[in-house]
Amino acid sequence: MTVKVNRFKCGYCGACVSVCPPGALELIETWIEVDETCTDCGICAKICPVGALEVPK
Amino acid sequence: MKDDYDVIVVGAGPGGSMTAKTAANAGLDVLLIEKRQQIGDPVRCAEGVNKKYLKEYIQPDPAWISAEVKGSKIYAPDGAMVEMSEKIAGAEVGYVLERKVFDRALARDAALAGAEVMVKTRATGLLMEDGFVKGIKAEHMDEKYNIRADIVVGADGVESKVGRWAGIDTTLKPKDICTCAQYLMTDIEIDTDFCKFYVGHKIAPLGYVWVFPKGNKMANVGIGITGNMSGEVRAKELLDDFVQKRYPGGKVIEFIVGGVPICGTIERTVANGLMLVGDAARQSDPVTGGGIFNSIWAGDIAGKVAVNAIKHSDVSAEFLQEYETKWRAGLGRDLDMSLVVKERFMRLTDDELNTLGHSLEGIDLGSVTLIGLLWALFKANKKLLWDLRSIFKGIKEIEMEASVEVNS
Repeated sequence: MTVKVNRFKCGYCGACVSVCPPGALELIETWIEVDETCTDCGICAKICPVGALEVPK
Repeated sequence: MKDDYDVIVVGAGPGGSMTAKTAANAGLDVLLIEKRQQIGDPVRCAEGVNKKYLKEYIQPDPAWISAEVKGSKIYAPDGAMVEMSEKIAGAEVGYVLERKVFDRALARDAALAGAEVMVKTRATGLLMEDGFVKGIKAEHMDEKYNIRADIVVGADGVESKVGRWAGIDTTLKPKDICTCAQYLMTDIEIDTDFCKFYVGHKIAPLGYVWVFPKGNKMANVGIGITGNMSGEVRAKELLDDFVQKRYPGGKVIEFIVGGVPICGTIERTVANGLMLVGDAARQSDPVTGGGIFNSIWAGDIAGKVAVNAIKHSDVSAEFLQEYETKWRAGLGRDLDMSLVVKERFMRLTDDELNTLGHSLEGIDLGSVTLIGLLWALFKANKKLLWDLRSIFKGIKEIEMEASVEVNS
């Protein structure tokens, strides 16, 4: 549950939400929230069109 | 807001608003909720739509038409150009919309039909009883509500949760999503009569760049790449490369991003007391990414099925199967065919794309059907024919030959 969202880069499109296997992400108006079910799989970070998500190593 | 409705529609995009409008028009008690405070904004779309199909559902209004185009031009990596008139350019051109105005107009139509509309209202879960969806949990202005309904329609877009909550796995794999970035550009020289598409691995790995006119000296200039190609490079960086080369003096007056489902049909889109519509149901086209019309069309069917289900006091998955059956009959085959085409075209190298482009360059593709076009393409490139044979199964060869000969 450590994926970090850079709100200054994020375009709040929700693409990351759609690929999250456990459904840990949610798009709320202009920001992304991450809940405790995040497994750090990194798929969201990979597909983000602007690179706003980061899974710390 | 009441605490009980016949139908709750989650998401006020084109699909959700059309569902709400159709259901409300027939006298149902409908609540349409939108999590954002503004319907239609931010846009996540290139805004192209087939005007002929659209007109069957909505009276065209200049307020939401940014441009009218005659067709599409598709450019191979070496610049070879294939021109397609709107009749065969898939279902994605004709009008370039102003989605902010368009989406709001559709929501207004739903409201005028009698639906209640709530913005800044987000579904956070489903109310479940005995295996049936019985309504939603919602949040509005930091307050929590339970709102009951006989039917919930999930029209909550690419990031849909409604299906997942009801046990339908709508999760997209990286290869099933097109990750996109788009600039609204101005002060650029564009061809206002055509939507343009640029393909090639260097320009857009497993995707394409689009330039859709939005009026004089204005265009949506965007890129979509398949999710599994994203990471090392991003949609936005590739878009910047393209813009720098093609429109160095252009000015960007809007920036948007988005994800488009390109997975083809999913296993099911109904459950007890639930239907999914539009991007939430993964009804967008796997090749073009277009989904505006598909959503409106499917939303209308979902609205009608909801009316029928309420009339018969049966909202079981078995009864709602009527929606599933109807949308698959009308659209399912197109989506599956598109998926086969997509997967084959993804394996083409830039050289092969160039060869294809040149094989069609200069041919008048004026009124060939899409099948006819593909046939012409594969006659010139026999290797492709074998890979795509499933598309042609059941279609008489003679029909295709005839449709090409008449027009070429």
